[in-house]
Amino acid sequence: MKQSIFEVLSNEALTDNVFQMILAGDTSHITNCGQFVNIQLDGMFLRRPISVCDYDENTLTIIYKVVGKGTEAMSAMKAGTRLDLLTGLGNGYDLTLAGDRPVLLGGGVGVPPMYNLAKKLRQAGKSVSVILGFNTAAEIFYEEAFRALGCQVTVTTVDGSYGVKGFVTDALPENYTYFYTCGPEPMLKAVYRATNTSGQMSFEERMGCGFGACMGCSCKTITGYKRICKDGPVMKKEEILWEA
Amino acid sequence: MGSLNVDLCGIRLDNPIIPASGTFGYGYEFAELYDINCLGTFSFKGTTKDPRFGNPTPRIAECTGGMINAVGLQNPGVEKVISHELPLLKQCFHKPVMANVSGFCVEDYAYTCQALDKQEQVGWLEVNVSCPNVHGGGMSFGTSPEAAAAVTRAVKAVTTKPVILKLSPNVTDIVAIAKACEEAGADGISLINTMLGMRIDLRTRKPVIANKMGGFSGPAIFPVAVRMVYQVANAVKIPVIGMGGVSSAEDVVEMMLAGATAVEVGAANLVNPYICRDIIQELPRVMEKYKIHNLNEIIGGAK
Repeated sequence: MKQSIFEVLSNEALTDNVFQMILAGDTSHITNCGQFVNIQLDGMFLRRPISVCDYDENTLTIIYKVVGKGTEAMSAMKAGTRLDLLTGLGNGYDLTLAGDRPVLLGGGVGVPPMYNLAKKLRQAGKSVSVILGFNTAAEIFYEEAFRALGCQVTVTTVDGSYGVKGFVTDALPENYTYFYTCGPEPMLKAVYRATNTSGQMSFEERMGCGFGACMGCSCKTITGYKRICKDGPVMKKEEILWEA
Repeated sequence: MGSLNVDLCGIRLDNPIIPASGTFGYGYEFAELYDINCLGTFSFKGTTKDPRFGNPTPRIAECTGGMINAVGLQNPGVEKVISHELPLLKQCFHKPVMANVSGFCVEDYAYTCQALDKQEQVGWLEVNVSCPNVHGGGMSFGTSPEAAAAVTRAVKAVTTKPVILKLSPNVTDIVAIAKACEEAGADGISLINTMLGMRIDLRTRKPVIANKMGGFSGPAIFPVAVRMVYQVANAVKIPVIGMGGVSSAEDVVEMMLAGATAVEVGAANLVNPYICRDIIQELPRVMEKYKIHNLNEIIGGAK
């Protein structure tokens, strides 16, 4: 983990309420895809945890949906704005278990962390299937970005206005060696049931600190209590314990 | 440079800064970030006799100038704290640590305190009779002078180290409770724990926190804390640790002027993990600005 100042390079709308922000700063503490950053915003007490969509030596890309005052303030930020970030938070995805033909399932703002993961898996020579789930055609983003990485991309929409009608689980390929997923909890539960291989899921929870100190985001797993911010957000399918 | 050291119940602190229980884990998350030996000490995660998962999530809600938490005393239990957490802490912290203890009956408090009292690393026992997030325990002992005194007596009877009672602000007369603890043998008082609060989500029309209510902390409660520290410090002879919304070296000085011998920093650690180190570095400059040569001379200086 590192606390440092980043500068906004660009901040643009991808859909009505989903934005992509590219920031410049010290990314050396981001060690894995699937990690997140925690952003301090003027006038707000707690930081905003946002998943890392992509990163290189000097830049960081995040994608966020406007859901409250914090993300609304972020959506109005201009290039040049300086932000205090904690970087390198969370464990991230374990790529070593992917096999030759992993499938990646992202739902809504669960799509962003799939991007750097897909990039790394493609660099490792894997045949990567990506299923992107949205409610409706107007919400779709990053379809082309995943295609440009050389992934086989399927888009699902709940209302059938684009791609396959239904949920990400309705578009699972016949053969895959492993799965990676991020999305709302009902989707994660459906993926858990529908998949016939092992895999990894990224979870979300309201957080206090984001680095393991406050126990605000604890959950029960088969292997004991875990903090979603520090021991997660990525959990292996085998350790997940769904609570009623 | 002015002198930063203070005496807390017979043990010298290099400076009065103490990360508050529940915001600093068992120390080692922060030891990855900076050398935590710069701290006066720290109060470790509230420990109970048996392991606890705590409350369901969400446990956290944001507020103007602070946050609400309802963690519910998640901890591995005193046995595991002694066998696992303290040895890990020993590798990165070489000063006496403050052991924070909670319980659900007087016997629990005594059992846990007795076990921790025997640990060489433990300097003080901070007995939390003020947790607002558990039912049938915690705060229920801190809302009546008789119950707080009963816990104090039971703990004092089985321990040798200084016993500090951590009090709740969710009471009508905190002075009466502090005095009852002092009369029962407490060596110090720390205050304030969090204030009972609540947020409601307009979309779902449900409380944000699964436990409905939780403890409100952060800069917004600082004036309430200063007031209560002032009241208690003027009513007891034992040392008082002030806490509640402290976020800067100026806040530390204000808390000490109100009567605090040492100052705990809580919620601020969760937003800026370096805040305690930064406050310690900043204190000499603030002391110079306000012409303070020795922090001891300002304790209770506000008349």
